[in-house]
Amino acid sequence: MNSQKTGVRDQGAEISGPRFEGTPSAYVKPFLGLLLRDARVLMREIAPFLLRVGMQPLLFLFVFTFILPRMASGNPLASGAGMDFGTIILPGLMAVAIMFSGIAAVALPLSSEFGITREIDDRVMCPLPLWAVALEKVCFSAVQSIIAALCVIPMAYYIPAHPVVAHVSNWFLLALVLILSSLLAGSLGLVIGSTVSPKHIGLVFSIIVVPITFLGCVYYPWAQLDKIRWLQVGVLVNPIVYMSEGLRAAVTPGIAHMPLWAIVIALLFFTAVLGRLGLRGFKGRVLS
Amino acid sequence: MKPLIVEIEKLTKIYESKLRVVAVDGIDLELQQGEIFGLLGPNGAGKTTTISIATTRTLPTSGTVRIAGVDVVRHPAQARRHIGVVPQFNTLDRSLTVFENLYFHCRYFGMSHRSARARSLELLDQFLLTERKSMYPAQLSGGLAQRVQIARAIAHRPTVLFLDEPSAGLDPQSRMAMWGAVQGLRKEGITVLLTTHYLEEADALADRLAIIDYGRVLALGSAESLKKAFGAETIYDLKLRTQEGLEPLIDRLTSRSDVTSAESTADGLRVMTPGSDSLLQYVVQVTGPLGLRDLAITEPSLEGVFIHLTGRDLRE
Repeated sequence: MNSQKTGVRDQGAEISGPRFEGTPSAYVKPFLGLLLRDARVLMREIAPFLLRVGMQPLLFLFVFTFILPRMASGNPLASGAGMDFGTIILPGLMAVAIMFSGIAAVALPLSSEFGITREIDDRVMCPLPLWAVALEKVCFSAVQSIIAALCVIPMAYYIPAHPVVAHVSNWFLLALVLILSSLLAGSLGLVIGSTVSPKHIGLVFSIIVVPITFLGCVYYPWAQLDKIRWLQVGVLVNPIVYMSEGLRAAVTPGIAHMPLWAIVIALLFFTAVLGRLGLRGFKGRVLS
Repeated sequence: MKPLIVEIEKLTKIYESKLRVVAVDGIDLELQQGEIFGLLGPNGAGKTTTISIATTRTLPTSGTVRIAGVDVVRHPAQARRHIGVVPQFNTLDRSLTVFENLYFHCRYFGMSHRSARARSLELLDQFLLTERKSMYPAQLSGGLAQRVQIARAIAHRPTVLFLDEPSAGLDPQSRMAMWGAVQGLRKEGITVLLTTHYLEEADALADRLAIIDYGRVLALGSAESLKKAFGAETIYDLKLRTQEGLEPLIDRLTSRSDVTSAESTADGLRVMTPGSDSLLQYVVQVTGPLGLRDLAITEPSLEGVFIHLTGRDLRE
């Protein structure tokens, strides 16, 4: 047990060392530690991660932009999904990728870590305020969301039978929309992960994720909903709409989209609301 | 006097739901640096709630807890730097190996890569875990997981270590090993607060202990002083077939000078005595007509203190 001696000596050095308690800079290192932990776990699961991220857009593009257009003309689905369908759904698929990643990266692990094992305990016991621990989860999921969204682009380039017309003229806009959308998705994941029990997490996919995707202007631009006015107004409460429309504005500006200011304001609004709700849920689960 | 590391003042916690539960009812405790302190009480006495509040996991209804002078409600993040926790259940990070559990814990506390790595290797060595450093928590036995949890809890060199029911679910061998590990911490100068409902554990480990029940401290002191003050009595627990005629018998017993108290229990009679050679024979004789079927004698012990103070057995 020689090690105990050094343990005691180090203890003095460590504890009497610089104390930046209470100042924001004291939070940086623990925050980085949490990020590193998540990165380590992700790297270990990199293959399942890529499969999870890639499978849906891959199949979607393959079926709707490769198979259907090659089928005999007169197929209503094929004509409905005409030449421009690939262009229409590229931003939509990016939005779906972002949202799925947000939920898979925050909601699923949180739900189980808050579950019977309480694995989250060691991380909420680190010297950070609880909001910072929750923020780390959201930030790390945002990184995954951005990777997931970017993975869709090469697929959309190679798979469709007809070329996709994408053109990024404003890189700043793309970055802004990607980041805001990813933070929004992470916040949604935080709300779900901290309020839904592991037992019901599967249900969340059917009753929340599927509806907000199908009604999220993913497969059609919002402007074209003008023929169904009540739906066009109704979907405005769905945050995915602004993710799809924002990416549409950034990636395929040739297709009609909502005004930029409305998109940015809505993305900020939903991120703030969901972030707040998520944090409240998170605190509620940690503190009793 | 050594500095106070844990100061608990007038602590209460009331859970207001359909059923109002007073989990902690005005607890005052002070722990000095370097001591091992035991909170002893039956399940539901308020031990875990007290620890949860002290470790920033539960908000008190009223009262304060200061750890190394830091108020845990006002500055939880700051207080956590001084706190190490070994929870009642295995909360090891299932996605990380044993080494990584220690390593990332150090990183959460702001250590650099080099010092986190060095500290983790040192702890693996100290807790005889080096061979298992690449295993995942799911592959560990209860005793090993507990050792990793203790190593992890002290990895950032906290001022005070909280152990909540550390031997719950451990086999006797692992329990002895865990006791050894806790006693080893004494050399490192760490203050330890542990909860237990095992009297042997409190007796073996704690310098001082508080017996609590119904959220209150019933007695406070070293095991020896508690035994002297409350438990210097031998207890006869008698199981009887009938309670008829028990009352006059109790009166007769209590009138004897060598009986401290005599009372009826659910299935018989309990007699406390400071010690007397003739009493046992007398008790057996007079309870014979009531159908004496079993007799248990408890010599002066912490258990006696406990029964004296709470009127019930720890296992009840």
